[in-house]
Amino acid sequence: MRTFLDFEKPIADLEAKIEELRHLASDDTVNIAEEVARLEGKVNKLLRQTFAKLTAWQKVQVARHPQRPHGADYIAALIDDFTPLAGDRSFGEDAAIIGGLGRFRGQSCVVLAQEKGHDMATRIKHNFGMPKPEGYRKAVRLLELAGRFNLPVITLIDTAGAYPGIEAEARGQAEAIARAIDACLNAPVPIVSTIIGEGGSGGAIAIATGNRVNMLEHSVYSVISPEGCASILWRSSDNAQDAAEALRITAQDLEKLGVIDAIVPEPLGGAHRDPGSIIADVGTLIEDQLRPLLLLEGAALKQQRREKFLEMGQKGL
Amino acid sequence: MNWLTNFVRPKIRALVSRGAELPDNLWVKCDKCGTMIFHRELEASLHVCSQCGNHMRIDTAKRLSLMLDEGFIKLEMPKPIVDPLKFRDKERYTDRLKRSHAKTTEPDAISSAAGTIGGVPAVVSVLDFGFMGGSMGIGVGDGFVAAAREAVARKAAFIAVTASGGARMQEGILSLMQLPRTTIAVQMVKEAGLPYIVLLTDPTTGGVSASFAMLGDVHLAEPGAYIAFAGARVIESTVREKLPEGFQRAEYLLEHGMLDTVVTRAELRGTLAKILRLLMRAAPLPALESSAPLSPPLSPPLSAA
Repeated sequence: MRTFLDFEKPIADLEAKIEELRHLASDDTVNIAEEVARLEGKVNKLLRQTFAKLTAWQKVQVARHPQRPHGADYIAALIDDFTPLAGDRSFGEDAAIIGGLGRFRGQSCVVLAQEKGHDMATRIKHNFGMPKPEGYRKAVRLLELAGRFNLPVITLIDTAGAYPGIEAEARGQAEAIARAIDACLNAPVPIVSTIIGEGGSGGAIAIATGNRVNMLEHSVYSVISPEGCASILWRSSDNAQDAAEALRITAQDLEKLGVIDAIVPEPLGGAHRDPGSIIADVGTLIEDQLRPLLLLEGAALKQQRREKFLEMGQKGL
Repeated sequence: MNWLTNFVRPKIRALVSRGAELPDNLWVKCDKCGTMIFHRELEASLHVCSQCGNHMRIDTAKRLSLMLDEGFIKLEMPKPIVDPLKFRDKERYTDRLKRSHAKTTEPDAISSAAGTIGGVPAVVSVLDFGFMGGSMGIGVGDGFVAAAREAVARKAAFIAVTASGGARMQEGILSLMQLPRTTIAVQMVKEAGLPYIVLLTDPTTGGVSASFAMLGDVHLAEPGAYIAFAGARVIESTVREKLPEGFQRAEYLLEHGMLDTVVTRAELRGTLAKILRLLMRAAPLPALESSAPLSPPLSPPLSAA
């Protein structure tokens, strides 16, 4: 059962009609087939029109779509011999960041992927994709492991943000994020980061300072959630749509600002309508980006990352 | 110009200014215990309440002269792009900026100075909470990077004094990018073999705490300073329970291993000077300079036995 977003109402209505027609056993099958084809054409046109000009707020909803492919889906499809590695060696294991070793297109690598979960049980297990300090400390441990064995790192970002809770603060959430940023920037190996859904502020950038940073076409990446920004600056979370526009959180805006390197086009109607194809396309892009990076020395990779981030903010929109 | 501004307003201004001549800040109320403190006494106590020890927020000029030896120089801060997103909420970002400029007379929320602390060369960067809540945008990031480079060039210790509500929302994703940018600055100082010391003051939260504020070789904090990643209100709305007493205060962070020490304002310069001397003037002791052994071994080496 597909979940439809508010703005997809007309599309949902048409698709429901198509379903209905398909289930109509009748004598004049030909006419029904024709009608279905006609409606499908209409749906596609509507999808194309709607998704060609999604507002920032609509993109937020697409990026948060419950059926959007998540970190674990990418790992399952792209990484062979995936071997999860758990724990930060000082407090615990945090399933909001899945980490491990595996083989990407034959190349041994380290993978760090934020995972939100897809039903109640898995959402609770992965804490809705909101990492705690131990998640970031595990990331640091695996980044160091990657450095020791000269393995490239693939990071997949999808989080509303780092978990804002009492224990997370008690165990030093801020320090854990700062150390993760530090470790990413210091790693003597290639890092390719891709925002596959939500890039929620510090919780996202902690593992997103790659040599290459990509975004899916309808993913978002922001310093604060539109709701949070609205409640601070507009003093009402009802203005989340205004905040989403003002904050410039879309892949298209971030590319213009020089913050990301590439945008992966999504299937018509969003990644959730064809997870297989979007995951394959992300895989192709990562491979293309990793190949030249694998030829560089550790110091050059580090230098490239530094220059890339130090240059940011020189141009506005 | 019309008759109103030409003729009536000066009179009104005269009326108002007579009132304004009366000093209205002779007594300052401690925001913690409510004690009224005479302004001279407050100056003498470095803006610490004599009754409850509350370390009140102080401006950048006071902070710099409190920390550095006399004769320091303020560093020119870079002038980055202004309002890259053309951000507007209920009011324009550029208007908010103008107000903060007028209030603090600083170009942005960061100021830096070079000088010495107890005779040891140091570059100090201070965030000013009075400038848009000390929030970190491109201006703060650029200022921090420039100060770190200055420290490296001068072979000086780098000291960051933090006070910030976090990243500057009005610069969107570019403010988030200041987390890696300031982290790179810290790495440059550390790679040059120089100390990077953080003094966390009230309040230090969000993107600043999740980057350069938590990457120091040594973390000092002022008593009672609020230090957090997520603010108390955000946490309360997530966990829907009351937060423990003293949660996210400097003493709490000290207990949880995030700080090296909590230091009062009166002890600050002395503590800093001691740490800097220990780190940067480690050798040589007079005895080590000569070729003679430091002291005779207590017992013959095992191999000779």
